[in-house]
Amino acid sequence: MSINGITRDCIPAAGPPHVLEVDSATKTYETQPPVAALRGVSFSVGAGELVAIVGPSGSGKTTLLHLMGTLDRPTSGAVRLAGTDVAALSDREIAFLRASRIGFVFQQFFLAEHKSLLDNVADGLLYAGVRTTVRRELALDALSAVGLAGRADARPTQVSGGQRQRVAIARALAGEPAIILADEPTGNLDQTTGQSILALFDVLHQRGATIVLITHDMAIARRMPRRIELLDGRIVADTRSAESLAAGAPTIQTAEHP
Amino acid sequence: MTTTTQPPRQPAHSSRQLYASDLLRLSSVGLRTRKLRAALSALGIAIGVAAIVAVLGLSQSAESGLLAQIDALGTNILTVSNGQTVFGQPAELPTQAPAIVRHIDGVTAVQDTGQVPNVDVYHSPLIPSIDTNALTVQATSLGLLSDIHDTLAQGTFLNAATAREPVAVLGAIAAQRLGIDWVFSGERIWLDNQWFYVAGILNQAVYASAIDTSVLVGFPAAETYLGFDGHPSTIYVRTQTDRTASVQPLLAKAANPEDPSQVSVSQPSEALTARAAAQSALNGLFLGLGAVALLVGAIGVANIMVISVLERRSEIGLRRALGATRRHIRMQFLSEAVLLSLIGGAIGVAVGAAAVASYTYLKGETTVIPTEAWAGGIAAAIVIGAIAGLMPALRAARMSPTEALWSL
Repeated sequence: MSINGITRDCIPAAGPPHVLEVDSATKTYETQPPVAALRGVSFSVGAGELVAIVGPSGSGKTTLLHLMGTLDRPTSGAVRLAGTDVAALSDREIAFLRASRIGFVFQQFFLAEHKSLLDNVADGLLYAGVRTTVRRELALDALSAVGLAGRADARPTQVSGGQRQRVAIARALAGEPAIILADEPTGNLDQTTGQSILALFDVLHQRGATIVLITHDMAIARRMPRRIELLDGRIVADTRSAESLAAGAPTIQTAEHP
Repeated sequence: MTTTTQPPRQPAHSSRQLYASDLLRLSSVGLRTRKLRAALSALGIAIGVAAIVAVLGLSQSAESGLLAQIDALGTNILTVSNGQTVFGQPAELPTQAPAIVRHIDGVTAVQDTGQVPNVDVYHSPLIPSIDTNALTVQATSLGLLSDIHDTLAQGTFLNAATAREPVAVLGAIAAQRLGIDWVFSGERIWLDNQWFYVAGILNQAVYASAIDTSVLVGFPAAETYLGFDGHPSTIYVRTQTDRTASVQPLLAKAANPEDPSQVSVSQPSEALTARAAAQSALNGLFLGLGAVALLVGAIGVANIMVISVLERRSEIGLRRALGATRRHIRMQFLSEAVLLSLIGGAIGVAVGAAAVASYTYLKGETTVIPTEAWAGGIAAAIVIGAIAGLMPALRAARMSPTEALWSL
């Protein structure tokens, strides 16, 4: 996958193809005065990776999530998802990209209270052009994957916070997306429940899912195979753990992007 | 279960329209989760549509009843009556007028009545003489009933024998005002200071409403007992159905060759048709009120939708994140508004129709709900929903997903 002839600083020598590439992305909000939330960020995420993006508030995490999730476009630079440059796509094409290739997990879960867990998960496929019966089958599969198949008919109000987040994760999983973007998924949960959600991400990772997890919590980021540290809109470190090194992926300590 | 490089499920790479069943489910989300609010805002539309359906239904039912009566009775009856002289006095028809009219080509039957002037009628001599009840006494020819399609409610009509005797037949309203509701042998009324026996009571006459407030006696009796001069005041002319129009212009001249301008000729069925139309014209006011209710209902729906869009920002953001296009969001809120007012419209049609049905049931009329009323009510509701929902739906679609999700 050659990208405009530019040599990437974090392309593994050999490995799975890239699912997500962020290439010199900047984002400036046109407020008074203008705010530069991202000042040139480049990295890529290979298939099957579990990556934490960590940084304090104001470091540009959320803006980066918007760009990765195609909810917003970079001021300059490029975002490529599964090899497609987002900038070249129309609103409808981007919407379809989100529907079919990206799974979101939010801090606040965003579940519909009047619907069963199964329907909440099935709604994740509503805009992907999948028929209702198929949606519900896939939703049940996804609920099984997060260990909630037995509670498919319960309402979100009848289950615990941790279970709600599992439902939200199942919703993100149901369409078998190329990448799952999780925004502070443990932010609304207590320590223990948070750990079980992280353990679930580990399991999904081992099964081959590509996951990008955004957090402000360094402790969470440290237990991930790879962590990208953000500060003031720049990447200050991109570290891989010993295990993932053993698995063959190189660690690149980025002193700083040019 | 999750792999990263699966091809997309759809061959198409851009979003498509939702399935109709999904759209219907989506559009009812807001209504199902906030039932009371939905019900209240649909109420305005329901009241407006109900008013319109009820007004149109009631007038149509009344009109169709009247027209059905006219159809049953036929339109081949003409009335010739004495007009006024140039000095404003009642003119007289010549006594031989009925016989002359009978000879016009196309006329099949002629009956006449003559108003007996200055005669009052009472239940008994004990009634104060000022209580005249606004009744008139008319001398009548014997075939009147069948010719004007009237029927007897009780008793018998006058015949050649009783026409010479002090015997009377009461019009429907006259009987009511005199306080006589059934006829028995020996029942009598006080007419011009003498007793007249009551032979029968008539039903209401559709074509000759003057008969309803009249007490009918025979021509010979009127002349003998009441000093009547025998001049007819109204001639009822029956024609062959296809000749009515050609007979009508000839009547004035035939009835009073000396002074045709003092004769007025009319067609009772035409007058009734005009009355039916006049009734509908009055409905404009009520229809206007219904339209105002609809307008207020529309504003209510728009208001609710604006609030709903604000409240459901996170839902909108989530849907965008799940892959909804702006169009999907727009359609969802637009169809929610349409569904809301459609429900209101349907309830309105049901209530309006029920009101018409119960009213006509009580009055013993046939229920007519005109198609333009119920279909128009439903269509108006849909259009109103679409207009009221447009602005909120556009606002929802314009909302940026990042703002909708992260500004809470």
